Amino acid sequence: MTMLHTVNKSPFESKTFDTCLGLAKGGSTILLIEDGVYAATTGNSVADKIKNTSDINFCVLDADAQARGIEGKLAEGIKVIDYEGFVDLVAEHDTVQAWL
Amino acid sequence: MKIALQINEGPYQHQAADSAIQFTKAALARGHEIYRVFFYHDGVNNATRLAIPPQDDRNITEQWIALQKEHNLDLVVCIAAAQRRGMIDEDEMKRQGKDANNIAEGFRISGLGQLIDAGIEADRLIVFGA
Repeated sequence: MTMLHTVNKSPFESKTFDTCLGLAKGGSTILLIEDGVYAATTGNSVADKIKNTSDINFCVLDADAQARGIEGKLAEGIKVIDYEGFVDLVAEHDTVQAWL
Repeated sequence: MKIALQINEGPYQHQAADSAIQFTKAALARGHEIYRVFFYHDGVNNATRLAIPPQDDRNITEQWIALQKEHNLDLVVCIAAAQRRGMIDEDEMKRQGKDANNIAEGFRISGLGQLIDAGIEADRLIVFGA
């Protein structure tokens, strides 16, 4: 059973990224969309959280990262995907949980 | 694969409606079926035909209507969420004795059962929201 988690809030605005990270099981995927993409950036207090999590796949939605001008500041190991990639993730995982 | 969407946020509130529209387009392009789009909470405001966004801004309701026409989407507005926000169709206008209605063509008003049905019948249910 694999789960796709979507996080759409900045980790500096809401606790949903932290909560999601704390509850997501190994092998699942966390997709950062909308303001959630800020969790994928380096040089801040949340950067280590992704770096220190090895058993979860992290993806970021390209359009939302570009809209915020952070495509050059993404942490290593985060996969950048487009909307079709988002759809493919939905199909590849058994369920989808939105952290709103 | 059958995919259903639930939208909890109004247009222009933040980004959920825009994300949902882009996701819907991509899912259709990928060959998936959109089983239903269920508008809940402030998401019901996506269905007003009276909104007039500035000319240089996107018209979210028009985008839904265009997608509905092209792909025969089932766009369902939650009746309880709609009524408390002043969103009514012609039938409800008559039944409630109101003097106007505002649901755009292509949307239909129905109950929460339609969300439960989507959860059962669709392979995936994706929530976009505030």
